[in-house]
Amino acid sequence: MKKIMASLVIVILCCTAFTFEGGKIPSVTIKNLDGSKINTSTFSNNGKPIIISFWATWCKPCKKELDNIMEDYADWQKETGVKVIAISIDDARTMPKVITDVKTKGWTYEVYLDDNQDFQRAMNVNMVPHVFLVDGKGDIVWSHNSYAEGDEAILYENVKRVIKGEKLEH
Amino acid sequence: MKKFLIGLLALFSYSVKAQLLKDVSESIHGNFEVDAQYYNKDTAIGAPIVPQKILSNGFGNLNYIRGNFSAGLRFESYNPVMLGFDPRYQGTGIPYKYARYKNNFVDITAGNFYDQFGSGMILRIYENRGLLYDNTIEGFRAIITPLKGVTVKAMIGRQRVFFGLSPGIVRGGDVEWNLNETFDSLMAHKKTKVTLGGSFVSKYQTNQSPTLNEPENVGCFGGRANINHGGFNIYGEYAYKINDPSYVNRYNFKDGQGAYLTTSYAGDGFSIMAAGKYVDNMSYRSDRDQTLNAAMINYMPALTKYHTYLMATFYPYATQPNGEMAAQGEFQYHFKKGSAIGGKYGMEVALNASVAYGLDTVNLAPQNDARQFHYYVRSLRPGEKYFHDFNIEISKKINKKVKGTFLYSNQFYNKDIIVENSSVNIYPNIKTNIFVLDVTYKYKTGSSIRFEAQEMYTKQDKGSWAVGMIEWWPVSKFFAAVVDQWNYGNDDPSKRFHYYLFNIGFIRDAVRVTLSYGKQRQGIFCVGGVCRTVPASDGVALTVTATF
Repeated sequence: MKKIMASLVIVILCCTAFTFEGGKIPSVTIKNLDGSKINTSTFSNNGKPIIISFWATWCKPCKKELDNIMEDYADWQKETGVKVIAISIDDARTMPKVITDVKTKGWTYEVYLDDNQDFQRAMNVNMVPHVFLVDGKGDIVWSHNSYAEGDEAILYENVKRVIKGEKLEH
Repeated sequence: MKKFLIGLLALFSYSVKAQLLKDVSESIHGNFEVDAQYYNKDTAIGAPIVPQKILSNGFGNLNYIRGNFSAGLRFESYNPVMLGFDPRYQGTGIPYKYARYKNNFVDITAGNFYDQFGSGMILRIYENRGLLYDNTIEGFRAIITPLKGVTVKAMIGRQRVFFGLSPGIVRGGDVEWNLNETFDSLMAHKKTKVTLGGSFVSKYQTNQSPTLNEPENVGCFGGRANINHGGFNIYGEYAYKINDPSYVNRYNFKDGQGAYLTTSYAGDGFSIMAAGKYVDNMSYRSDRDQTLNAAMINYMPALTKYHTYLMATFYPYATQPNGEMAAQGEFQYHFKKGSAIGGKYGMEVALNASVAYGLDTVNLAPQNDARQFHYYVRSLRPGEKYFHDFNIEISKKINKKVKGTFLYSNQFYNKDIIVENSSVNIYPNIKTNIFVLDVTYKYKTGSSIRFEAQEMYTKQDKGSWAVGMIEWWPVSKFFAAVVDQWNYGNDDPSKRFHYYLFNIGFIRDAVRVTLSYGKQRQGIFCVGGVCRTVPASDGVALTVTATF
């Protein structure tokens, strides 16, 4: 068993010793709020950046963040064309609340259900809230865990820097 | 020989990479978390003595993606496991490893995987690292899309149990059919969306009982449907399980069944949701003799509000797999900005009610047989009361700097059933009234202070509690917090302890480091539908998490 693992590690290291990129959005199947499926690798925004926010209906800071972004979202979209995709990691217990929370709050984001946490795992998200910033070419250029009041301003600064083509610390 | 093979494999993978797949995107990512705690001796609050002084939990994930191919593993180490978790998590290993290929037609995994059929009532293979729940299957899984809108899953393997595998083999298949996707031309633009599903799961474990005729193959099947029309949604699921005597159901040969129905309507600024559930003898594990959270195949979440405030979660509920009927309703309303009640910034109100009862059963006398039946269900009337929670939550932004949340919750808790898993009456039912006020004051961009005041009134168990908390974010990269939980209402004046906890944390992008010092009270912890008491502790804890 140990030898198998050792070989797996070696293979992985060999494969990646030469290139090391931020990476594209992995290909995972998740669900729309109406039950239809979508592949996450098809997320696109016509060459403009995308914010991917992992959240859950039971996560107070997540909802605070998305509420605060919502207040400025129209301006953000007008100025930069950025799109927010909200990924709910709610499981069967709280999943019915996703659609009711989103509509009650009036969020206009693209919202998807990752109830089996496949996308969360593929993106290596440990805990929510966790946001990723994807540039116009589809590369993940920045990510941030947890939320403090005012973090949305930093996120938006980063969106503007990405549009200008500046490198973000990773 | 083995070294040679490894070398060959490495060479092969390199040459394949160099020659054939130059234009395929490639990345390697992962995350890790390490928790360690130093324990002080504190017998007054009932903290157990930790001979090792320091305990730690840790894991690291590594995922490699190259085009349609991915592979990865998770290293875990418990040296030994921290207080409050299942002590059978002992040691170090790589309990999770996989190789996966996925395109539009097929998705194949060799190794470990997580999955669920429908809501999980007959199969849910998942992990929750923070709670140390992991029932991953090690084996093979194929997901095929033979036709647009149709997803077929098949899997076989054995479940992880700590650092070993369950003795039982799990086999499962599931078909999900999204009618709108299949009948593209007819239904794609129809407002009504319909998804149907059906699944079958079977487990195999040898008969090990000298007296009982334990079934070796136990099957469970279920069907489900989801209909969505604009803001309206309805989901229903039914599952049936054949005889499955186990430690949890006290080796009862009765068949099991479960039904779940949830419906909601969400309009512009308001929503209403109602759900009901019926569960009779639905504990389903790949090892019939396992306890706590090990080797669970299915998942039956509690139909109650998911609270996050300390006092509102003091007495948490979990679905009773041996028998339960439960219901939940919720109404949410968003008073718009500029309305009379909403004021300048709007206001949100949520009313939520949930109840859970046992089944109306009649016990049977022991039979002179290798198959034992313990009870039958007499009617669909509710039996013994297990739990209720009636609550209201109001959130309002007062001005640009201040916003707050108020919560009131009235709860009923049948401790004998939920924690002791016993129908013998030992503890009185616990009735609580909980008040929470949570206020955030943002004094400049990126700087805020949050206060929480909580009060739980009760005459039962340990009596009333009060909580005070201050969380300060001087800049968005750093926070400091202090919490005090005070058991001021304890009948025994010498046990009216303060459980204070100091916390500081740094966050830099996707790296988070927190350090805490203080006391944790004894609590009830529900994982995977099982509630148990976790001990009090006193000490210094460090947590580091990172995603890369």
